[in-house]
Amino acid sequence: MSVVTPTSPQAVASSPRSRWNSPAIRRFRRHKLAVFGAATITLMVVACVFGPMLLPYNDTYIDIRQRFAPPFSGSHILGTDPLGRDILARLLMAGRISLSVGFSAMAVSIAIGICVGVIAGFYQGVVGAALMRFVDAMLCFPSIFLLLAISALIEPSVPSIVLLIAMTSWMEVARVVEAQIRSLRTRDFAVAAVSMGASNTRIMFRELLPNAIAPIVVAATLNVAHAILAESYISFLGYGIQPPTPSWGNMLEGAQSYLTSAPWLAILPGAAITLAVTSFNFIGDGLRDALDPRLDQR
Amino acid sequence: MSGFLIRRLLQAVVLLFIVSMIGFAILHLAPGGPLSQFAASGDMTQADLDRLSAQLGLDRPLPVQYVEWLWRLLGGDWGVSYRDQQPVLRIIAAHIGPTMELMLSSTLLAMLLGAWIGILGAIKRYSLFDSLATIGAMIALSIPTFWFGLVIIYVFSVGLGWLPAGNRYTVGDGSFLNRLHHLIGPCIVLALVSTAVWSRYMRSSMLEVINQDYIRTARAKGLSERYILVRHALRNALLPMITITGLQVPTLLSGALVTETVFTWPGMGRLFLDSISYRDYPTIMGILMLTAIMVLLGSLIADVLYGVADPRIERNGQ
Repeated sequence: MSVVTPTSPQAVASSPRSRWNSPAIRRFRRHKLAVFGAATITLMVVACVFGPMLLPYNDTYIDIRQRFAPPFSGSHILGTDPLGRDILARLLMAGRISLSVGFSAMAVSIAIGICVGVIAGFYQGVVGAALMRFVDAMLCFPSIFLLLAISALIEPSVPSIVLLIAMTSWMEVARVVEAQIRSLRTRDFAVAAVSMGASNTRIMFRELLPNAIAPIVVAATLNVAHAILAESYISFLGYGIQPPTPSWGNMLEGAQSYLTSAPWLAILPGAAITLAVTSFNFIGDGLRDALDPRLDQR
Repeated sequence: MSGFLIRRLLQAVVLLFIVSMIGFAILHLAPGGPLSQFAASGDMTQADLDRLSAQLGLDRPLPVQYVEWLWRLLGGDWGVSYRDQQPVLRIIAAHIGPTMELMLSSTLLAMLLGAWIGILGAIKRYSLFDSLATIGAMIALSIPTFWFGLVIIYVFSVGLGWLPAGNRYTVGDGSFLNRLHHLIGPCIVLALVSTAVWSRYMRSSMLEVINQDYIRTARAKGLSERYILVRHALRNALLPMITITGLQVPTLLSGALVTETVFTWPGMGRLFLDSISYRDYPTIMGILMLTAIMVLLGSLIADVLYGVADPRIERNGQ
């Protein structure tokens, strides 16, 4: 019954000369879904950056005679919204916002998570225990409840939404980093660094952290997916990015009331979110297998 | 066992204490402040605001406010809603039923469906079904719940007319069948994520069990494959799922909030959203605390049940 992982003899024999032939990249490329995800994200980013310049309409132009135009019916490729604005142009502009919120929130949450995790894992004892109990406590709040509770209290803007999402999504990273640092700390190279008189900060961030980078990269990718989803949830509920700035989430905000007459208003932005989030999750999954082949596949 | 239980309970109490501090801090240190909705309305002078804040005890130092709030919380006094002057606990009690109905029914659906997909995937590993289930689970975890709700409404309510587009029952008709009919849509929407999680964990748990020695022994004894799967493999593979179910509580609660919004379901999530738009701090705090308690209870019960179900745990428990 046991299944042997198929490793072709050539793959083993070929010497990894070029960087593009390293084992990790080969494993990632074997993961077809991850490659699909990476291609999709690249395409989406390119489309969102350059697309709006190529379109005949910008996202704020109101074509009053063409309100509620269905997709593929006239000059508006993906139709128009209740005000007569071009949906494709809005989707691309919203993509800029949603994707940058996703990337920036990931960067901030990873930074917080790394700091908390490294300190908790290195100092253990009272400091570590206190920090990790704080992480546990933060994870007790269901994420949307926490997001909404805080978002209702702040002035909604793109930077504040980024901070908000980061504040509620750094905990998993902290846990991953803490576990890594705790086990790395007792390794010979760390002990050697201590005996050579390296400062704590140097040991933490120059010696230990670089060795914990693989799981952090995986967590970072999955965090982008999480952040895009989180943005769409709070924007859909009316507490995220505020119109007229479009985001994939707030494009859906009023869509439910037009579900009978103009279903594309709901279908299109949701499909964009799903595609982006699925792609990041695929990439994260592929990276997990590529960077740590010993990790059992779930 | 009792030592483990006591230690675990103590941990939960400490955690709940930290949780209460975080919740209190978030809502009281935020720039809005508990009285912002009165200040924004404009028909109150600064003197009125000061009097009100003295009445509600908001002018005292935060630690004092916190201790008093916690003391009253423990005594069962969760404050009075700013919106309709009802006790917060009573308001929550009126809304928790529909949420529990939704959460329990979708958990049941997710368990059955997820276990089935996971077991089949494990038995026919690397088959077409298994690959599709893997991809499907990944997509299910990526779909925004509210959007899936809109799609379900569009297809089954607007398009086919099979399901009602929202509400818990038709006004004037509260019969069991009518309620069940209204439950189907939201139940499917909320079950999507849990089904994906269940199928993934069920698959890996089943794969782990299938390769154990006792399964090989059972095969060697000449037992039928079906008997082995159900009586030997499944029983052991289901054990870790107790933990998964307990850990699903926060995801389920978040999903319930969104599902309730899309399907105008009169539960706790809708109440929370309404309270936020009214800046009804006592109710927001109450619901936030209650959800955290539910999450803690979920993981506590999962841990304890797992210890009861699997006696091996005690030996290597710290």
